[in-house]
Amino acid sequence: MSFELETAATSEKLRRVAIDPVSRVEGHGKVTILLDEDNKVHQVRLHIVEFRGFEKFIQGRPYWEVPVMVQRLCGICPVSHHLASSKAMDMMLGVKQLTPTAEKIRRLMHYGQILQSHALHFFHLSSPDLLFGFGSDVAARNIVGIVAAHPEIARKGVLLRKYGQEVIRMTAGKRVHGTGSIPGGVNKSLAPDERAELIKDIYQMVAWSRDAVGMIRQLFEQNLVEYNAFGRFPSAGMSLVRADGAMDLYHGGLRARDADGHRLFDHFNYERYWEVIGEDVKPWSYMKFPFFKSLGPDDGSYRVGPLTRVTQCDSIPTPLADKEREEFVAFDGGSVAGATLGYHWARMIEMLHAAENIKDLLHDDDIIGDDLIATGERQGRGVGVIEAPRGTLIHHYRVDENDLVIRANLIVSTTHNNQAMNTAVREVAKRYLNGREITEGLLNHIEVAIRAFDPCLSCATHALGQMPLEVAIVGADGTVIDEATRDHRGLTREIP
Amino acid sequence: MNTTSTFNLDSEDIPFTPGQTIMQAATAHGTYIPHLCWHPDFSAHGSCKLCTVKVNGRFGSSCTIEAQPGMEVENRTTELDDKRRTLVQMLFVEGNHFCPSCEKSGNCALQATAYELNMMSPHFDMFYPDRPVDASHPDILLDFNRCIMCALCVAASRDVDGKNIFSMGGRGLLGRRVHISSESGKLGDTDFAVTDRAASICPVGVIVPKRKGFAVPIGQRTYDLAPISKQVKETMP
Repeated sequence: MSFELETAATSEKLRRVAIDPVSRVEGHGKVTILLDEDNKVHQVRLHIVEFRGFEKFIQGRPYWEVPVMVQRLCGICPVSHHLASSKAMDMMLGVKQLTPTAEKIRRLMHYGQILQSHALHFFHLSSPDLLFGFGSDVAARNIVGIVAAHPEIARKGVLLRKYGQEVIRMTAGKRVHGTGSIPGGVNKSLAPDERAELIKDIYQMVAWSRDAVGMIRQLFEQNLVEYNAFGRFPSAGMSLVRADGAMDLYHGGLRARDADGHRLFDHFNYERYWEVIGEDVKPWSYMKFPFFKSLGPDDGSYRVGPLTRVTQCDSIPTPLADKEREEFVAFDGGSVAGATLGYHWARMIEMLHAAENIKDLLHDDDIIGDDLIATGERQGRGVGVIEAPRGTLIHHYRVDENDLVIRANLIVSTTHNNQAMNTAVREVAKRYLNGREITEGLLNHIEVAIRAFDPCLSCATHALGQMPLEVAIVGADGTVIDEATRDHRGLTREIP
Repeated sequence: MNTTSTFNLDSEDIPFTPGQTIMQAATAHGTYIPHLCWHPDFSAHGSCKLCTVKVNGRFGSSCTIEAQPGMEVENRTTELDDKRRTLVQMLFVEGNHFCPSCEKSGNCALQATAYELNMMSPHFDMFYPDRPVDASHPDILLDFNRCIMCALCVAASRDVDGKNIFSMGGRGLLGRRVHISSESGKLGDTDFAVTDRAASICPVGVIVPKRKGFAVPIGQRTYDLAPISKQVKETMP
């Protein structure tokens, strides 16, 4: 199955325009656009050009090494991989309930991660587009331009991120790539002086997070028609929710809806995620294309992340963020909740939620406790799911009787959004590029659509050994001597 | 016993007793000479060459040269540390040392020595040797990717445990490795025990207890507390 504008009927006489690399995203990707002589768009693809392969080389390693190793997938959201793999190993060890200290320290680490990652994305990566305009002067459309034109906004962004990084450092041992979470619990709690240090600034962080929500709301009010229509398309969605339907970014059951808003499943036990999610592959991308099995690979694509989480949950269990959620989902008759750029608004609501959660946890004495590890009855398999800054993150491992990992499957947030990102850029290409002379400002519109998803392309590429391939040996006279193909299941078929 | 004899090490008088090597005397005095294969509990192996010093102008291994009165010994000179850094870089590229995900990180003598010698990169092309992980023992994991061939496990198993479980064998840079004395070649088929001296002797991350990795948080690991040159002890784990 090929989606509209995914593959041109013929590439002859078409001109290729490439955005390479896509800038102000994490990781490396490119967009290729095929245009005819009238600048009519025939094909648009978001390619993920880097390759990681963690699923393969984690095999044969001891299980307790996994939470530390797999977080090297990413320098922006390592905590998410650290915690998802730890949760998988908890399950593998039969630990059904962490100690209160361990769970709260992990949550603190996670909310620190949400805070710093969302601040990084909004202030450093996306605010230049939103504050200066999508087609504004490229020389100023960056964080340096923001520092010059809006120094107070830039300062808040830097300090919000710094605070989140400090939360991570005190819970994980390092700002990036720490070791705090281990199978069955954590290796440290907070020292009283660390707790006091974080409490000192948390109220300011909550206030600045509220300001950020106000800022994106104001931008929507000023640009409602454009923001609402930009890259808009109906989409299914999936996120974790708590047992009572409230938002929970650390743990819960899977909730999903189709593109019309109908519930597909709810409180689904993520330990059996493969019953509802399949993964498709395409020959032009290292990134897989997940889909809801009930809808099939052609119609089952969906999106994850802040927009889905904020609009799917029944409530947010912190008061300021919940109030903002209510206003967001009701804004302009609920239209923004379906807009691609609504991701930015939802992301800031989550940042506020994270700040409020950090405040509450810092006032909970369990975070300075010393009961760090729980034990259980071991089993050979573990699945860990967490809501990472960019969306639902799935880690799945099998471990043998000698403690070595024998199989790993990672479905990363950005991977869930693969088809949605491709659809969004095609919508933008159709609307803004079709029939027009291509300029840098117009091409940036494509990147704005990608940035709305805050993709982490380095995290998301794991299709090792599953890429469909066609190989042909061609003689000097041009005749095909031999050829073979490998399909998406890795099966090789030789053609005589 | 004569304790008044001294030799000069980097302009410092180091006292020694007859029969002590330069390394033993310096260690007793609290002075650091970089080393990896030497351990105070065992006879010198003299293989890593990291403890090479200049004695009266000539190169030699401080772990095997007996101290003599009036010796002039150069230790932490730029010339010697440059050569030591090169040796450590070669050790890094000959094995598969992935510090970012290694549970020994922060407690590893190789890593700490690299920091001490200001090693900023491996410099040489990586060999990426194909080395096995032996997880057959219920309590101990062997990850030969990290082996630096110091042979301390061989000495500990032979001299203290009396089991001779480990031995050096093979030829050539990629062929030489530690062998396990069992019919299958697996540690799980030996009488190795987690309480053996050899179980705690490895200066890098080859012999590690199972299911304990990363239990000590960053900031509290051995070399988080002080660099290796400030932790000179006559007794070592």
